[in-house]
Amino acid sequence: MPSMPAEVHDLGVTEMAAGIADGSLSARALVDHHLARIETHDAHLHGFLHVDVAGARAQADRIDRARAAGKPLAPLAGVPIAVKDNMCTRTMPTTCASRMLAGYQPPYDAHVVECLAAAGAVILGKTNLDEFAMGSSTDNSAFGPTHNPWDLTRSPGGSSGGSASSVAARLSAAALGSDTGGSVRQPAAFCGLTAIKPTYGRVSRYGLVAFASSLDQVGPIARSARDAGRVLSAIAGYDRRDATSIDRPGEDFTASCGEAIRGVRVGVLAGAALEQCDPEMQASFKAGVQRLQDLGCQLVDVKLPHMGHGIAVYYLVAPAEASSNLARFDGMRYGMRKPSGDLRQTYAQTRADGFGTEVKRRIMLGTYALSSGYYDAFYLKAQRVRTLIRNDYEAAFAKCDVIASPTTPRPAFEIGAMHDDPLAMYLEDIFVLPPSLAGLPAVATPCGITRSGLPLGMQLTGSALSEAKLVQVADAFERDLAFDSLPPGLGRASEGA
Amino acid sequence: MAQTKIPRDQVEHVAKLASLMLADDEADRLGHELGEILAYMASLDELDVAAVEPTFHSIPMGAPLRADEVIACFPRETYLKSAPKSEAGGFAVPKVLEGEG
Repeated sequence: MPSMPAEVHDLGVTEMAAGIADGSLSARALVDHHLARIETHDAHLHGFLHVDVAGARAQADRIDRARAAGKPLAPLAGVPIAVKDNMCTRTMPTTCASRMLAGYQPPYDAHVVECLAAAGAVILGKTNLDEFAMGSSTDNSAFGPTHNPWDLTRSPGGSSGGSASSVAARLSAAALGSDTGGSVRQPAAFCGLTAIKPTYGRVSRYGLVAFASSLDQVGPIARSARDAGRVLSAIAGYDRRDATSIDRPGEDFTASCGEAIRGVRVGVLAGAALEQCDPEMQASFKAGVQRLQDLGCQLVDVKLPHMGHGIAVYYLVAPAEASSNLARFDGMRYGMRKPSGDLRQTYAQTRADGFGTEVKRRIMLGTYALSSGYYDAFYLKAQRVRTLIRNDYEAAFAKCDVIASPTTPRPAFEIGAMHDDPLAMYLEDIFVLPPSLAGLPAVATPCGITRSGLPLGMQLTGSALSEAKLVQVADAFERDLAFDSLPPGLGRASEGA
Repeated sequence: MAQTKIPRDQVEHVAKLASLMLADDEADRLGHELGEILAYMASLDELDVAAVEPTFHSIPMGAPLRADEVIACFPRETYLKSAPKSEAGGFAVPKVLEGEG
């Protein structure tokens, strides 16, 4: 692909922030440019559930005034960012893409939203997701699916599909997603982007609507590892309002970007899961591993013997926790209510009308797994196997620094493709679930493209708190690969916007 | 893979535990789907994990205690604003107890 002069929306987070800081870009012009692009393109993509035109402009104007007054600017000052609609915002609705919360506006901001504001980011709006983040397609949104900018007939992945779609289409410079079992990494892979699932506890879950509390983490999606790392630096850190928040000082996760990765020991995942991948995925992954070796990494074969069990473990543990977390949606204190006879009938009718098919399926699955007589056989057994998965990683990380695998077995599937086969959909999560179950950080980065023009992704998993190392390796890989993240049809020079 | 449908009475029992009203066809479909999914979960039975400690927290850490301090919260009206129905400074809910209305 010929290299063309970059448009302003092609700039990364880092360059946008630098341009605003040195006065070559105005925050207001930048946000207006992105708002215009949303107006033009989101009608086809449906990545946004809400766009906060006035709020975004007001924040941009504040940044421009601060700069004009010679005040120091925060690290994301003026950078337009989108936020998944399961993070509380007090000036915008927070719906979780559910009828249950249609129009709901929380009285407070999530910790990560506070962090973005403190870092000077301009929040453009709220992005579409699978209802309550349950799904891998964004088809399970009560407000309609999001489309993949690379091919509008295909899914952007999920559950953070709206966030990924908006970043790939240059409607935002970066976005926040949440990742319970792959929900930032798989959409990043499907849309040719980079995403970071942080170590469990690295980012506060305060104000993130809970899905599976022992797995949920907020993570950034961006067009490079450096950009994703920069956003992560803004949202990571201790927060007393989340009892599982890790008490560590802030960190610049991009500190080692640009450094060589010679000598890094890369564990290459072998085994059945890899052999079941699409042939183009296998070839692309192999080439990616070769590239890492050419960059000086030392390759080590690793096995995660219990990885295949991750799917069964995850789809017991996550629905179990979800069934408990979603008990709060009963139509009494917030959200919708469907009056029907007495209190119990009103609960049951409200939940019947408010939740969609996949959410009900998972509530039922989780309630079953936790119910008397099945707890030991399903839930407790799953938690025991989870220990084996953690042990696998511990053994693997004795031999290597990061583990490379594909992010997904296949490129983006067609919208609605797996609607009637939930289990087939769950099986696609084989690579993204084990790091979640072990609480480990993982980065998804583009590693190639299919002959039909769909992005493919590679996942790098690290030991706990090794995000900076993962960002460094992904950054070196990305600079060498020079993946063109611009989807066709969103051309550089054609739009007036 | 064994196709074991969850019997209707069990589906209804779980739906009751979950406070979910299910339509007839929905209960039928869920019986099939959950049966198929749970049959897949049975793959865990090939592992002997009786002696393995379960993982409830992936990153081991203690239970942190915060200082016992009063922290500000929103006024009552803020919370009631989100409620589908409120009256007399509280959440209005359907009748809970039998007897006087």
